[in-house]
Amino acid sequence: MNIADPTFEWFALSPVLAVLAAACLGVLAEAFLPQKPRYYAQLALAEIGLLGGFALLVWNWSAAAVSASGAPQAVTGAKLAMGALVFDPPSYLFWGALLVFGALAVAVFGERAMTGATAFAASVSAIPGSQAEADAIAAKREHTEVFPLALFSLTGMMVFGSAGDLLTMFVALEVMSLPLYLLSGMGRRRRLFSQEAALKYFLLGSFASAFFLFGMALLYGYSGSFDFAVIDTSLATSEMNRGILLAGLGLMAVGLLFKMGVVPFQSWVPDVYAGAPTPVTGFMAICTKLAAAAGLARVFFVALGGERWSWQPVFAVLAIATMAVGVILALSQTDLKRLLAYSAISHAGFLLTAVVGAYQFVPEGQLNSLGAIFYYLVAYGFATIPAFAIITTLRDTSGGEATDLAKWSGLGKSNPLLAGIFSLLLLSFAGIPLTAGFIGKWAVFAAAWQGGFWWLAITGIGFSLVAAYVYIKVIVAMFFGEPAEGVQLGQASMLTWLPISLGAIGTLWLGLFPAQLMDLIAQAQVFVK
Amino acid sequence: MNPDLVLWLAAILFGIGALGLMTRRNALVAFMCVELMLNAANLVLVTMSNVHGGLDGQVAAFFVMVVAAAEVTVGLSIIVMVYRSRRSTSVDAANLLKQ
Repeated sequence: MNIADPTFEWFALSPVLAVLAAACLGVLAEAFLPQKPRYYAQLALAEIGLLGGFALLVWNWSAAAVSASGAPQAVTGAKLAMGALVFDPPSYLFWGALLVFGALAVAVFGERAMTGATAFAASVSAIPGSQAEADAIAAKREHTEVFPLALFSLTGMMVFGSAGDLLTMFVALEVMSLPLYLLSGMGRRRRLFSQEAALKYFLLGSFASAFFLFGMALLYGYSGSFDFAVIDTSLATSEMNRGILLAGLGLMAVGLLFKMGVVPFQSWVPDVYAGAPTPVTGFMAICTKLAAAAGLARVFFVALGGERWSWQPVFAVLAIATMAVGVILALSQTDLKRLLAYSAISHAGFLLTAVVGAYQFVPEGQLNSLGAIFYYLVAYGFATIPAFAIITTLRDTSGGEATDLAKWSGLGKSNPLLAGIFSLLLLSFAGIPLTAGFIGKWAVFAAAWQGGFWWLAITGIGFSLVAAYVYIKVIVAMFFGEPAEGVQLGQASMLTWLPISLGAIGTLWLGLFPAQLMDLIAQAQVFVK
Repeated sequence: MNPDLVLWLAAILFGIGALGLMTRRNALVAFMCVELMLNAANLVLVTMSNVHGGLDGQVAAFFVMVVAAAEVTVGLSIIVMVYRSRRSTSVDAANLLKQ
């Protein structure tokens, strides 16, 4: 039997490889550098890897946008690494967003100006409350492994959203999830909560990936290939039992929707978001959602687009249930991290409306479903990373984060700038005009409407009005409530302020001048099969 | 070869795993149930590889084994960490987050 040598397009793969290389170097640095410089080396390495990956991506794009004779041309995209990855125009956008948001989120990981230590435990293996833990804290030990872990996770996310076949997708799913399970168990304060979040996330996460794997095995059984394009053609030609196809489709959907946090697979979201260290929560909130949405769109638009009549109605019902659960349960939350977790669930529901629309063929310059999903996620990312970064700044008397909603009362009087930025981000979550969130909501509902699901779009608008109440309640408490006792703002360094200010600028910019990003997305919103 | 019987066997194994994870309270047993589900998927992959006459499915089964091994490493470390601080691996004891 002849096996051809595999070929790799190194230049096109370079953005992923840069992140992976930075992660591997980080592991080496962990082994060989002494404790003191290790933190700086790891932080610098992570940021260089992410921003370097972004630079390589832009270079790739500008090289692909010019033809051999020097005339500008549309970027078409290609299959990389023997078809394992599809580097099509949506991949460019999606990798770019992951790298930018990853760089912002990882910066918050490094913050230690406020309490003299990062948000991560001094020694994760020490029993909470034991002498070993006290010794580790006294010796100022810290886990700088968090940076390589985040980079490994980002590598998995980049591959997950651009996978060309199911097997690559499964491996990438695990590469992105395993570091996240560990990261969510590393909180410095409230160790038991954090450990519990890790356990819960791990058990439910591996449960969901087992569903994904079984679904994938059945789809392989139906079509005889892991490749998305072959699965697409086999939908019409396969002689296998159609039950295998439907079971595979359903089980794969379970795995993917779990990662997005869609009802009825949302139960892990509030617990893990609340228990994980806040910088990790910010990272998970946007990057996991980006990867999951891109993966979901790729599987269901490219491989299973021909079966859309089977999955659209189910997804529509799930979207409504997700919006309802996210919005209604957010109303009764008293903890800010849990409130934002339920808000993340409702955002997953809003996103799913655009997936349901599956609106693909659009007039020149307009957004289709995929473009709408992407715009929504960029708007959400610019709001969610700074929102969680802001949560890390308010401290109670013991130096821990004051996540209780009552502690945020009256912040507008003591620190109008921070409260103002937070309000802007909350308004963007709510989808109020002049913020990025409004354009994002507009785009996803328009995609659902034009895909023939006008009733879903109207339901979505209704829920986003109810959701606005949740956010405005927080804003009112901040500006008109009595100042809370026993809290103070930590003196955060640039590592927190930079993501906060860039996110706020991004939120305003995309709300006031959406045309630039929309034009960019409109050129790059069609998957290559 | 008729794959139906093997598919049913795999589905039953997968179902046992899923049911076990939802009903058993011990984190270790729950984790073993996940492994059972992964192996059920492996059975489908290998069978279907035979039906279609390619090697793809068998290669995929190896990938799944490696991934499962990586998952064990991470999972056991988390379970041991929780056990050390609580002296219990029961998932019911882990209920601090229920507010």
